[in-house]
Amino acid sequence: MQFTKNYETVFILTPVLSEVQIKDTVDKFRKILTDNGAEIVNEESMGLRKLAYPIQHKNTGYYFLFEFSAETKVPEALDIEFRRDERIIRNLTTVLDKHALAYNERRRKGQLGKSKQQTEKAGEEAK
Amino acid sequence: MSLQNEPVSKNENRKKYCRFKKSGIKYIDYKDPNFLLKLLNEQGKILPRRITGTSLKYQRKVGQAVKRARHLALLPYVGDSLK
Repeated sequence: MQFTKNYETVFILTPVLSEVQIKDTVDKFRKILTDNGAEIVNEESMGLRKLAYPIQHKNTGYYFLFEFSAETKVPEALDIEFRRDERIIRNLTTVLDKHALAYNERRRKGQLGKSKQQTEKAGEEAK
Repeated sequence: MSLQNEPVSKNENRKKYCRFKKSGIKYIDYKDPNFLLKLLNEQGKILPRRITGTSLKYQRKVGQAVKRARHLALLPYVGDSLK
């Protein structure tokens, strides 16, 4: 079993893309990940968001998030692809420790209360 | 005369505590700008520990999260952080 680590990558697409172009850019990167043997845990699109400062003279961008677990050489290959693709204006890949994983798990279940008691309380409401 | 060199006690210097240790937050998410805004001043700069009272371990996590959020244009590098 190779040594796999958990990673999370967020990237921003230029807003001037059409719906189809956006879809196939995201599919392209999903394919790169799966080809390199990464196992995608979570995939999220935060959609069109306003940027805090203009990047390449654009003020909005499509945000996408991939959470995956992979071998240690995969993010490097991913990064090369990100730089090469000109539709991506910004990307960030981070490694996740156990606290981050637990946080993401709770975020997906939607009980992101401020503190532990709230998560239990939110848990009951959800039941 | 006695008051001359006695330090005037500022806001009764209540015991500052680390909000992360107290509320048990273990991971500071860089993707959530609203939470990070609480830790920035009006110009978008990171608040120092002597103001927020956070422990060194979490202050570093805060710094890293804020810098990542700035990289992803979720937080401005400079400018009014619309407090």
